[in-house]
Amino acid sequence: MLELYDGPLNVPEILTRWYAEEVDSNYGAYIPFVGTVREEGGIQGLSFDVYEPILKSWFDGWVTKVAPSGATLKMAHSRGDVLVHESSYIAAVFSPKRRVALETIDQFVEDFKASAPIWKYDLVNAERIYARDRSTPISGAGILGT
Amino acid sequence: MITVEFLGPIQKPVLSMEASSLHDVARMLKEDAQMGEWIESCAVAVNDTLVSSLDTLLKDGDRVSLLPPVCGG
Repeated sequence: MLELYDGPLNVPEILTRWYAEEVDSNYGAYIPFVGTVREEGGIQGLSFDVYEPILKSWFDGWVTKVAPSGATLKMAHSRGDVLVHESSYIAAVFSPKRRVALETIDQFVEDFKASAPIWKYDLVNAERIYARDRSTPISGAGILGT
Repeated sequence: MITVEFLGPIQKPVLSMEASSLHDVARMLKEDAQMGEWIESCAVAVNDTLVSSLDTLLKDGDRVSLLPPVCGG
């Protein structure tokens, strides 16, 4: 399940709802990762652009990939502005046993950072500044320059 | 005619052009001074599927998207 929201995430609502959705599914482990905007470098917050069609295919690819291990994935992300100490990202894995969930959340979040079509901007003095030095070219990038 | 769209921080309107493969798109974008900084770092999708070769053929109505470096979370 992939959820996109305008603005910050309502973390307690999402985590509680996901728990309730799966509580009778016989999973032994529920491991959420919550990303919260930190105060650093004088930013007021972060802002995000999301390209939904490719994000959805990337997410669906992960759902298919982890299905043989019995795991289920859920993810929520913000569009637009998210201020300091608010949250913009939640990923969660449910699985029958903890080891699969622990390993999957690590791999999923790392691949998310490298591949998900989302662009981050720092909010500084009401300006939206692309976080270029913290961004990663998607695998296979640069073919137009060859 | 195909369209080329620029996602995220690339501040550029959608382009329409004649192209039979991504080679044509690459040629056109290399001549665009505004694209200079993005050419080497963008991934390319055709009709929302990422592609890895300039030999990718294009047909009328195809939509090419340029995806600059990402940072979700």
